Amino acid sequence: MAGADVDVGTELRLGLPGGGAEAAKTTKRGYEDTIDLKLTLPTGGSMKEDANSKPEQAAEKAKSDPEKPPAPKAQAVGWPPVRSYRRNAMTVQSVKIKKEEETEKQQPVAAAATAGGNGSAFVKVSMDGAPYLRKVDLKMYNTYKDLSIALQKMFSTFTATGNEGKMVEAVNGSDVVTTYEDKDGDWMLVGDVPWEMFVASCKRLRIMKSSEAIGLAPRAKDKYKTKS
Amino acid sequence: MSEEDEDQAPPKRPRATPPPDQVLDNVLETVLQFLAAPRDRSAASLVCRSWHRAESATRVSLAVRNILAASPARAARRFPNAHHILLKGRPRFADFNLLPPGWAGSAFRPWAAAFASAAFPALRSLSLKRITVTDDDLDLLARSLPPSFRELSFLLCDGFSSRGLASIASHCRGLRVLDVVDCEMNEEEDDEVSDWVAAFPRGHTNLESLCFDCFTPQVPFAALEALVARSPRLRRLGVNQHVTLGQLRRLMALTPHLTHLGTGAFRPGDAAEDQGLDLAQILNAFSSAGRANTLASLSGFRDLAPEYLLTIATVAAANLTTLDLSYAPVTPDQFLPFIAQCRNLETLWVLDSVRDEGLEAMASFCKKLQVLRVLPLDAHEDADELVSEVGLAAISEGCRGLRSILYFCQRMTNAAVITMSHNCPELKVFRLCIMGRLQPDHITGEPMDEGFGAIVRNCSKLTRLSTSGRLTDRAFEYIGKYGKSVRTLSVAFAGDGDLALQHLLQGCSKLEKLEIRDCPFGDAGLLSGMHHFYNMRFVWMSGCNLTLQGCKEVARRLPRMVVELVNSQPESERTDGVDILYMYRSLEGPREDVPPFVKIL
Repeated sequence: MAGADVDVGTELRLGLPGGGAEAAKTTKRGYEDTIDLKLTLPTGGSMKEDANSKPEQAAEKAKSDPEKPPAPKAQAVGWPPVRSYRRNAMTVQSVKIKKEEETEKQQPVAAAATAGGNGSAFVKVSMDGAPYLRKVDLKMYNTYKDLSIALQKMFSTFTATGNEGKMVEAVNGSDVVTTYEDKDGDWMLVGDVPWEMFVASCKRLRIMKSSEAIGLAPRAKDKYKTKS
Repeated sequence: MSEEDEDQAPPKRPRATPPPDQVLDNVLETVLQFLAAPRDRSAASLVCRSWHRAESATRVSLAVRNILAASPARAARRFPNAHHILLKGRPRFADFNLLPPGWAGSAFRPWAAAFASAAFPALRSLSLKRITVTDDDLDLLARSLPPSFRELSFLLCDGFSSRGLASIASHCRGLRVLDVVDCEMNEEEDDEVSDWVAAFPRGHTNLESLCFDCFTPQVPFAALEALVARSPRLRRLGVNQHVTLGQLRRLMALTPHLTHLGTGAFRPGDAAEDQGLDLAQILNAFSSAGRANTLASLSGFRDLAPEYLLTIATVAAANLTTLDLSYAPVTPDQFLPFIAQCRNLETLWVLDSVRDEGLEAMASFCKKLQVLRVLPLDAHEDADELVSEVGLAAISEGCRGLRSILYFCQRMTNAAVITMSHNCPELKVFRLCIMGRLQPDHITGEPMDEGFGAIVRNCSKLTRLSTSGRLTDRAFEYIGKYGKSVRTLSVAFAGDGDLALQHLLQGCSKLEKLEIRDCPFGDAGLLSGMHHFYNMRFVWMSGCNLTLQGCKEVARRLPRMVVELVNSQPESERTDGVDILYMYRSLEGPREDVPPFVKIL
C-alpha cells in the first residue's frame, strides 16, 4: 500500500559537537537571476492561481503586518496538503460523479462514465533542449496569460540550473515561441484563436526557438478563416 | 565496559589461541546479529570502540534518513556489510509543491556510483523515498549490481522513465521485488515508451512483488500476462489504471496465492478480456481458489465501477486486513452494505465521499481498526462539507484500538477531538487537517486549543502530530508541556507569535522532525531551540517571519547543521525575509551541487 514506511535500519549517529569538528564552512552564494522565458503569448485576462504547475506560487502573500497571521486570501500553495497526483485524479472523478448523479435523476440506470470525462485536458509539453516532457491540464487555466505563467514556472528550472546549455543560450539570446498541434495534426502558433477554441483543439504543446517557427502564424489565421 | 574486565584466556598450548579482544569481537558480533531494532543498535555502537566496531561490522540494515547527511563513502566505510539500504531525500513538504523542483537533483548520483563500484558488496535491497533518480542512474545500477541484488523499491521518487525500468528489468536477473509507488515518472512520447514488462528475461522469474500503479502509460497486456504467468513466486501485484477488470481477472487466475493486490481501474473496459464480463465472474475470481485465505490487502480502484464493489466482500469478510479505497469516490449507499462485511480490517483508507454515516457504519463494524485515513474528494478550502466532527466522534466510539488517524474535514469541534483523546489511548499518530485555514471550533467559536491539548495530554504514546484550525499560543503550551513523546510535528497557519515556537522547542524533548509553514514565528522563536537542534533530524520553516540575521546566527553557533535558505518566489515577488528555512544535521558539511535558488549559510 502506498505510504507505508519501510523501517529497515539504524541511523548514522552524529558525533558530539566539539569532537574534532571540521571548520564550519560559511559558503555564501548569491542568488543567480532566474532566466525569464520570453514566451510570446498574448497578454490579457486576470492572473489566476494555478494549482497544477510546479513550482507553485502563493497568490498575494500578505506580509504587511508580521504580528498577525497572514489573512487567507486566494488559495495558498500546497494547501490543503494533498499531493498533486491525488488532487488531479480526484478532479476527474468528481466531475464524473456529478455527471452520473445528474443522469441518475433522469434515468434509473446508472450512466456509464466516459473515460477521462470533461474534467481535464492534459496535453504534453515539450521544450527543445529540455531533457524530458511535462504535462499540463489546459482546463486549469482561463487565459493564455495563465498558461504562459505556468509554462514559465515549469521550465524555468531547466534554465536556472544551467545544465541544458543550449537552451540557456537560446533563452538568453533570442526569443522562444510556443506552438501547438491541433486536432488536424497542424502546428500553429499559440494565441491566434479564442482561448476556448484553443483548449478544444490543442493536442500538445511545443516550445521552440522563434527562428524555427517562421510561417506558422499566417497559416493559423487562414485556416480558421476558411473554416468559418 | 572495557576489554580489561574479561576473563584471561586459558593457559596457552603450542598452537596459539586468538588474543582475548579478538575472542570478544567474535562473541560480540555473534550476539549483535540478533539485535535488530535501530535504536538498540545505535545504543550498542556508543558503548565503546570494540562494540562500535562489532556493531558496524554486523549492521545489515542501514537507513540514511537524510541522503544529504552522510556520503556513500562514509557509509560504506562504516557499514561494509549492509544488505538493505534505505535512502530518504526531499523533506515531506516537497510533496505539496512547496519546494522548487531541482532542489537536490543529483543527490543520488554519488550513491549510484558507489553501488556500481561495489562499495556495498553484500547489497540485496535498496529502498528510495523522495529521491530524484535518472534513467542513467538506473542503467548504471542495473549493469553493476551484484547477482545477489534482489529488491528495488521507489516511493515518491521522480526523474526516471520507462527506459530506466527497462534497464532494471533486463539486467537484474535475480530481482524479486520491483515496486514503483506514488512516483512522478517522466512523461514520454507515446512511441518512445519502453516496454519494460517485456524486458524481463525469458523463463521463470523470481519476482515476488511487482507494483507499478503510478505508471501512466499503458502496459501491453499480453506482455504483462506473460510475465505474471512465468512468475510463480508472485505474492504482491499492483497494476496501473489502464488494466481493466477483465484483464485483472485473467491475472488473478494466474496468481492464486496473492497476498497483496493493486486492482488497477476496477471497471470493465474495451479490451478483449472484458468481452462478456459480468458480476458473477468477478465474484468468482475473488472467492475461489482459496483467495479468501490468502489475500490480505487490496488497493487500486482507480476508476471503480460501484456495482462491482461487493464482489470483494468475500475476501473482505475473511482475511482482508488492509483496504485502500482512497481513489474511489464511494457514496454512503454503496459503502454501507460493503463495510458491514469488513470485520477484520486493521487499515482503511477512504474518501470523505462516504460521509459521516459511512464512517459511523465503519466504526460499528470494524472493531479491529488501527489505521484510518479519511482523504478529501475535493481538496479545497471551500469544498462542500462531507465529513465533520460527527464522523470523528463516531470513529472514536467504535474503534477503541485506533493507533493512527489522518482526517480531512472542513470544520471540527474541540468536543469531538477531546472525545477521541479519551476513547483512543493507543493513538500514536494524530493528524487532523481542517481544510479551512484558521477555522475555530464551529459550534463554540473557540480556537482548537483544547482539542489538541487533550490529545497530547491523554494520548501518552503519541509520536506524530499534525495540527490545523485556529490555534493560539496556548495550544503550543499544551503540546510543549504534555507532548513528551512527540517526534514529528507539523504546524500550519497557527499560533500568535514566537512564544508558541518556544513552547515547542523547549518542551518537546523528543522532537526530531519539525515542519512549520505560514506561522508568525520569528528569529526569537527559532533561537530558543539552539539547545535541541543537534538532536533533530531537520527543521523546516516556510512562510514565517525569519530573517537572514536569525538564520545566520543559528548557522554560526551550530557548525554541524547545514542551514539552507530556499527561495521559491519568482524574481518580482521576492522580499527581504526568509522564504524557506530547511536545516538538517550532516556529517558532510554543505553540499556542493546547489541550485541558484538555494543559499547555504
